[in-house]
Amino acid sequence: MTGKAAADGLALTLYVDGAATSSMHAIEIVRRFCDEQLGGHAELEVIDVHQQPELAARDQIVAAPTLVRRLPGPPRRIVGDLSDTAWMRLGLDLGPAELSGAPSGPDE
Amino acid sequence: MKNTVLTSLTESAVGPDLEKAPTGIHGLDQITGGGLPRGRVTLVAGSAGAGKTLLGLEFLVAGARQYGEPGVLVSFEESEDKVTLNVRSLGFDLDQLRRDGLLVMLSFRLDPSDFVATGEFDLQPLFAILDDAIERVGAKRVVLDTIEVLFGAFGDDSIVRSELSRLARWLDDRGVTAIVTGERGDRNLTRNGIEEYVTDCVIVLDHRVTEEISTRRLRVVKYRGSAHGTNEYPFLISARGFVVLPITSIALNYAASEERISTGIARLDHMLSGGLFRGSTLLVSGTAGTGKTSLGAHILNAACARGERGLLVLFEESPAQFLRNMRSLGLDLQQWIDAGLLRIWAARPSELGLETHLAVLARLIEDETPSVAVLDGIAAIGQGILAAEATSMVARKIDLLKSREITTLVTALGQGEGTSTETLSSLADTWLLLRNVETDGERNRLLFVLKSRGTAHSNQVREFVLTSHGVELVDVYVGAAGVLAGSARLAQQATERDAEVRQASDLDRRLRELRRNVVEREAHLVVVQDELDAERAEIDRIDLREGHQAADTEADRSAMATRRWADAAPSNGGQR
Repeated sequence: MTGKAAADGLALTLYVDGAATSSMHAIEIVRRFCDEQLGGHAELEVIDVHQQPELAARDQIVAAPTLVRRLPGPPRRIVGDLSDTAWMRLGLDLGPAELSGAPSGPDE
Repeated sequence: MKNTVLTSLTESAVGPDLEKAPTGIHGLDQITGGGLPRGRVTLVAGSAGAGKTLLGLEFLVAGARQYGEPGVLVSFEESEDKVTLNVRSLGFDLDQLRRDGLLVMLSFRLDPSDFVATGEFDLQPLFAILDDAIERVGAKRVVLDTIEVLFGAFGDDSIVRSELSRLARWLDDRGVTAIVTGERGDRNLTRNGIEEYVTDCVIVLDHRVTEEISTRRLRVVKYRGSAHGTNEYPFLISARGFVVLPITSIALNYAASEERISTGIARLDHMLSGGLFRGSTLLVSGTAGTGKTSLGAHILNAACARGERGLLVLFEESPAQFLRNMRSLGLDLQQWIDAGLLRIWAARPSELGLETHLAVLARLIEDETPSVAVLDGIAAIGQGILAAEATSMVARKIDLLKSREITTLVTALGQGEGTSTETLSSLADTWLLLRNVETDGERNRLLFVLKSRGTAHSNQVREFVLTSHGVELVDVYVGAAGVLAGSARLAQQATERDAEVRQASDLDRRLRELRRNVVEREAHLVVVQDELDAERAEIDRIDLREGHQAADTEADRSAMATRRWADAAPSNGGQR
C-alpha cells in the first residue's frame, strides 16, 4: 500500500530472550542485515522479552527470536533462523536484493 | 468446607497431600472429588465446539469470583474481545474481572500466512509473558486454549514438542493450577499427542450427534492419585454455563431442610407428620391406574398455590390429556401454567435418548428453577432400553433434582417388588405404595407409607379415593376378613351403623319392658296387699264370731238345764 520510500519508513523490532547466549548472536545478525541490506535506513528496536514482557504480549510474540517488520504495511514476522539473507528478505516481504524497490505486491 | 463431605470412595483414594482446585462446575467437582489437581496441569481434549474453552473460562471465573484465585487466560484462537463477548451471555463479565485485577487475558494470533519460521527458536517469550501476567495478578490458575495451534505454525514440530513439555514442567514448578486444551485426534486423545506432557489429569469432552440428537459428554480419562468417576457424564452448555450431570454414588452432601411442605392432601400430610421435607424425594409406586399421577398433580397444585414454581415431566401422557384428567378431579392446573408457575414437559425418553432427556431436564431445571418437580411415569424410561441404564439415568435425574433442593415426586409403575422400583426406592426419602385391591367385583385403591426418612409416619393403610374435588384419604376397615375398602367398606359401615341402631333400640325396649314390669308388679303388689288385708280382716271377723257362738252355746245349755231342772253336772260337751 504505502509502496514508496520503503527503506525510509522501515521499522523493525527484534524480540530476543535476553538470558540466552544465542540472542546476542541474533542481535548481531540483524544489525548487520540492516546495515548491509537496508543501507542503514531501517529503524531497529531490540526488545528483551524478559525485560518488557508487556511489549511482547502486545505484539503477540510467542517465540524467540522473532523479527517483526512493523512498518510499512501490515506486519510481517520471521521466527527462528535470521542468518539467511535471502530468506530474511522473503520473510519480511522486502522484495529482491536491491533496496530501491517497493515491497513486492501484497500476498495473501 | 465445600469439599469436606466426600464419599468413602474419594476419601479412601485421595491422599491428604493431593489438593484440589474446584472448577466451580458442580458436577465436575463431584466426579473428580473436589476439582482439578492443584498446582498441576490438566488436559481438556475435545473436538471443535465441544466446550473446551468454556470449561476453561468457568474454571477461571469461579477461581476469581468464588475461591479468591485470580487467573490468566492465554488464547491462541480468539481475540480477547471475542472471548469476552462469547461468554457475556452466560453472565461472565470478563471485563469486570480484568478491572478488578482478577484476570489477565492474553491472545496470540498465530496465522501462518502472517509469518515464516525456520531454524532454531524457543517459546521463551510465551514463558516470559505468562510469568509476567501471573505475577501481575498473583494468578493461581492458568488456561492455555488451544495450545495445539502452536503445532504447524512454526514448521518444526519437534521444537514445539520439547517446548510444550518444558512449559508443562514450568507450570508445575510455578505452582499454578493449569488447564491446557487440545483438539481431539483420530488415534490419540489429541491431534498432536500432547497428552504425553500432561500426565496428571485428562478430561475428554465429546459432542456427538446421533439420529439428529446432539449429546455432549464428559469423561475423566485419567486422574493421577485420585479416584474419579469413570463414566461418560452428559453435560450441557446452558444459559448459566457448563452443567455436568453428576451421579448419585459420588457425593451425598445435600443440604437437608427441616421445612415441611404440604402434599396438597391434608390427611396425607398428617400421615407424614406434617408433610414432605423440602428437597426430599417422594417415590410413588403402584400398578396402572392407582392414582399416582393424581398424587403428583396435588403436590404441584399445592406448590403453585403457595406461589412456588413447579415442573412436571410427563413420560407417558400429553400435557393436554393430563390437564383434562386432572380437571375431572377438580384440579385446575391450567391457571398455574397461565400464571407462569407451572411448566409441563412431555417427552418419551425413547424418542430423545436417555442422555438428551436428562440434559433437557437439567436445562429446564436451570431455566424454570422449580421448587417442586414431578417425574410422572418413569417406568417408560426403560422401554426398549437396558433396564440398568434406564435406572441409572433416573437415578441421575433424581440426584440432579436433589442437588438443587427441589422437592421431587417420582411415580413408577410396579408393586414395589420390581427391580427398578427397588433400586429407586433407595434414592427416595419417602415411598408411598398405591395398590389396587380387588374385592366383591370392584377395585379399590389403597395407600401405604412404606418408608419416610426422618419422619414419624403413620403405619395405617388408607383408602385412596378419587373424587370430583380431588383425592381424599379415607380410613379403611381392618378386620378378620382383611382390609375392607370401597363398597365393602361402605357395606361394613352400614352394617355397623345398623347394629348400633339395633343395639340401641334393644336396650330401649328392655328398659321400657322393665319399667312396665316394675309398674305391673307394683300394681300387683297393691292388689296382693289388698287381698292380704282383706284376708286378715276376714280372719279377725271369723275369730270374733266364733267367740260369740261359744258364749251363746253355753248360755243355751244353761238355759236348757234350767228348764229341765237338772243337776248342774260338769259339762262334757255333747250337743247332740
